[in-house]
Amino acid sequence: MSSGHHVPTIGMCVRVWLALLVLTGFTIFIASQDLGVLNTPVALLVAITKATLVIVFFMGVKWNTPLTKTVAVSGFVWLLILFFMGMNDYLTRGWLGVAGR
Amino acid sequence: MSNSTSPVSVAKPHPKLQSHFFSMDQQLEASTLGMWVFLVTEVMFFGGLFMAYIVYRHMYPHAWVEASAELNWKLGGLNTGVLICSSITMALAVRAAMIGNRTQQLINIALTSILGATFLVVKFFEYKAKFEHHLVPGPHFDPSLEQGMQIFFSLYFVMTGIHALHMVIGLGIMAYIFIQAWKGTYNAEYFAPVEVSGLYWHFVDIVWIFLFPLLYLLGAHGA
Repeated sequence: MSSGHHVPTIGMCVRVWLALLVLTGFTIFIASQDLGVLNTPVALLVAITKATLVIVFFMGVKWNTPLTKTVAVSGFVWLLILFFMGMNDYLTRGWLGVAGR
Repeated sequence: MSNSTSPVSVAKPHPKLQSHFFSMDQQLEASTLGMWVFLVTEVMFFGGLFMAYIVYRHMYPHAWVEASAELNWKLGGLNTGVLICSSITMALAVRAAMIGNRTQQLINIALTSILGATFLVVKFFEYKAKFEHHLVPGPHFDPSLEQGMQIFFSLYFVMTGIHALHMVIGLGIMAYIFIQAWKGTYNAEYFAPVEVSGLYWHFVDIVWIFLFPLLYLLGAHGA
């Protein structure tokens, strides 16, 4: 059995690093523009892109086994369940009258 | 690999191979998987705080923007850049361990530590300014703040405080792997400790990637 670890290249690391810096500059610039309700979604989209770059390349999930990939993704899926169910509750509380309140 | 003259030639296991693992590859895979399971619990831990952030921001949208404008986005942005730089040095430290280059390991672990410490120094000055402006939860909290702003600052200090605590722990881990790298512990066969330390460090960076726009940049437009 050969020990075939993927060794990331320096060029790949530098490209990811530059992309992260450019995206940081972009998110700061876009925050200075008034996009109305779109400011936060755009900021989140940039943050998610940056996080994905770090996870896939710097953390090397791209070269991990399917089991590790599944575990890594599961954490974020669970987080979305928390946000979805949590806001499902808070956003709909005022919709119906509650007996006795 | 020395050629054994013994008729029963059994390859000597790597000294760092634990007896319950079949091979170094399997051991590394188990370490990586175990670290990811821990990081999933960390995602949920910070996730609860982000959930609180979403709920209160939904309740006090105006106070959120006002309070966010009190934060220094320039220092926050500087710290974002510092952490991104520490992430590439960490990735290069893991790479150096994989190819067994001791000098590169030491340089990159040291750079990562210096950048991590820089982050904490900047954070110290940010916190100091908040104390001077009476924006810290406690007896000297500014009582004239709009309703909801106190909640923002409470969340700000809990989230960035716990993040900073993770940074301090990360610096301790860096000190440990620096000493081990100094002794020449890590090489192409055995680098799992550097690998999992890197996973932890990058995770702490990711938390900040979300904290920065959500805490600092709300008030940056139109303020």
